[in-house]
Amino acid sequence: MLEVRNLHARVEGKEILRGIDLIVKAGEVHAIMGPNGSGKSTLAQVLAGRDTYEVTDGEVLYKGEDLLEMAPELRAVEGVFLGFQYPVEIPGLNSLYFLRAAVNAARAHRGEEELDAVDFMALAKERMKAVEMGEDLLRRPVNAGFSGGEKKRAEIFQMTMLEPTLAILDETDSGLDIDALKVVSHGINLFRGPDRAIILVTHYQRLLNYVVPDVVHVIHNGRLVKSGGKELARELEDTGYSWVEDAAGKGTDDTMGQRTGYAADREGGA
Amino acid sequence: MAKTELDSELVGSEYKYGFVTDIEAEHVPPGLSEDVVRLISAKKDEPEWLLDWRLRAYRYWTKLEKSEAEPKWANVHYPPIDYQDIIYYSAPKSRKDGPKSLDEVDPELLATYDKLGVPLHEREALAGVAVDSVFDSVSVATTFKDKLAEMGIIFCSFSEAVREHPELVRQYLGSVVPYSDNFFASLNSAVFSDGSFCYVPKGVRCPMELSTYFRINAAQTGQFERTLIVADAGSYVSYLEGCTAPMRDENQLHAAVVELVALEDAQIKYSTVQNWYPGDKDGKGGIYNFVTKRGKCAGRNSKISWTQVETGSAITWKYPSCILQGDDSVGEFYSVAVTNNRQQADTGTKMLHVGRNTRSTIISKGISAGHGQNSYRGLVKVLKGADNARNYSQCDSLLMGSECGAHTFPYLEVKNNSAHIEHEASTSKIGEDQIFYCRQRGIKEEDAVSMIVNGFCREVFRELPMEFAVEAQRLLDVSLEGSVG
Ligand SMILES: Nc1ncnc2c1ncn2[C@@H]1O[C@H](COP(=O)(O)OP(=O)(O)O)[C@@H](O)[C@H]1O
Ligand SMILES: [Mg+2]
Repeated sequence: MLEVRNLHARVEGKEILRGIDLIVKAGEVHAIMGPNGSGKSTLAQVLAGRDTYEVTDGEVLYKGEDLLEMAPELRAVEGVFLGFQYPVEIPGLNSLYFLRAAVNAARAHRGEEELDAVDFMALAKERMKAVEMGEDLLRRPVNAGFSGGEKKRAEIFQMTMLEPTLAILDETDSGLDIDALKVVSHGINLFRGPDRAIILVTHYQRLLNYVVPDVVHVIHNGRLVKSGGKELARELEDTGYSWVEDAAGKGTDDTMGQRTGYAADREGGA
Repeated sequence: MAKTELDSELVGSEYKYGFVTDIEAEHVPPGLSEDVVRLISAKKDEPEWLLDWRLRAYRYWTKLEKSEAEPKWANVHYPPIDYQDIIYYSAPKSRKDGPKSLDEVDPELLATYDKLGVPLHEREALAGVAVDSVFDSVSVATTFKDKLAEMGIIFCSFSEAVREHPELVRQYLGSVVPYSDNFFASLNSAVFSDGSFCYVPKGVRCPMELSTYFRINAAQTGQFERTLIVADAGSYVSYLEGCTAPMRDENQLHAAVVELVALEDAQIKYSTVQNWYPGDKDGKGGIYNFVTKRGKCAGRNSKISWTQVETGSAITWKYPSCILQGDDSVGEFYSVAVTNNRQQADTGTKMLHVGRNTRSTIISKGISAGHGQNSYRGLVKVLKGADNARNYSQCDSLLMGSECGAHTFPYLEVKNNSAHIEHEASTSKIGEDQIFYCRQRGIKEEDAVSMIVNGFCREVFRELPMEFAVEAQRLLDVSLEGSVG
């Protein structure tokens, strides 16, 4: 479903992604873990089409098409969903109205009839239950005055309404208490299916206790430095990210280049 | 805009024949003098008292022009206006001068009509096409006029009112906005050409939105128009001013006056959608809209609501206000003002609490885009005798881009301790991150902007009559097209 090859991206002249390779098949759940500042959100945003980030090399195929050529709204209606790490507030724009426009944009793209307000509400009410989303919250403007946890829950609710094929969830677990985490995980698990893929971007292993990934990747300094099964997440939890540095030295083919780049970064940052 | 351009905008083609003083001529020569005022009055066959009133206004204006001239406090900037270069009277424009068909009309104007969904039969009229046939809406208008007359409602042009109902005009003219009110009001009082008059008798509820069926007629407004609406005891009227489609208009300066009078238990709802030519992207051309609008809640328990959506004009200077004289009277002001490109707006309201238990509400939404400058200026004044006065004000600004500006100037004068005043203000910005969020959900950029802006204006739009609200939304979209990104 998604093939990322040698993806490089930079922001404000600074190279953040330095050659990401990633293949995600339909039905799979991938976790991307890494320390703060390693480029997780950058990868997520680049896949969604944020133009603040400049792609300098590499390619991305989504369902066999060149994803990087597509406008963000086209990616969205083609089934790419980004659950934002920091969902933005939009004062004055009613959440349900907004979401109906989004749902209908996707339906129009698929050549389906638009949902009227009544049908839309019926669907929304049903999906709200799954993520224990209060209707009163959705009567407010988009994310306006939502707590951190409410925003994340709203993102998952939007996902279940939009039914994307590829969901990229950027730290959807952060800021959630354990009950909320369970609810959100439940929502994600319901969403899992043979035709869908999920990329879970997370800093902590916690979420992966509830949403068990097929593959775990470790990102460091804009590269995936290690990949493995779900046990890799445990390993990370026990040892922290300090060992990543060493792992970065082993394994992949382009070890030398990576080491050099990393060392240079550290000097620059000191 | 350079003065020479201003001149060429204002001087009609007929004028090239020189200083014509012939009363039959279409134009009076440019410039203002007592003679010109007399001439205007004579052409309209006005009674002596009205001529006197005009002359007093003229003399007052001359004094003002020599001393302080135009008000300087507004946060707007424009080159000086030469009042001796303006033509103060021209006969209703002959349709022969207009374009012969829509083929001759600026395609950009037509594209805008398309986006706004202006019905085909109205487009020609709005664009000033020389059509001899009377279009549908006029005959429709006549039908409704008959119906109104049956109920005793008077709704006619100002000139007609002066002829047919002089006692009413005389009683109320200048009773809310005296000719000495301000520079532009004085000018208007001296030279006003025409306008609308409406009287709703005791206990009558006007059954339709006045001027919905008169859109075309309302479109033929002049440079110095004057409106007077009187709602007698227990009556109700909703009046719609203006036209949501952009209009060709060669007049640079518009100085209109609107007076509303609500007697005991009466209600007046006055809605405006203003979409005069705003000038081009670089600020060349465009209307100077310097308007004085004021309503008096003269009777107990009366109510006046102003709702305005101001998207046009190069400069807007306007403060629809309420004098809350009757006990328990209510004043409301709901406003959306948009400034894009080089537009400037200094607009707001004055709520003057005179009677006891008077209440006022102010909701102002300013949207700035491009290099637009948008100022809210509002005064809430509570006089000594106004026990238990209440005011709630909310002023929100929305910025699109980084070159525009929003300013808020709230003034408060309270002389009675029992007053209860609340003021809220906010400024927000349509951010690139908001737009991206919407796009990530599949919503196109222009739709995202439109949704955000309409959400921002919702509290005002819901005060507009339904069909007007729909048009206002579309108008906003058109005005702000391409402002983000
Ligand atoms: N818009 C931006 N402008 C400047 N620097 C940025 C921007 N976005 C991300 N960065 C930088 O890129 C690096 C990676 O950030 P990010 O992808 O957010 O990391 P993560 O999500 O893994 O914590 C950080 O050093 C961050 O400061
Ligand atoms: Mg991040």
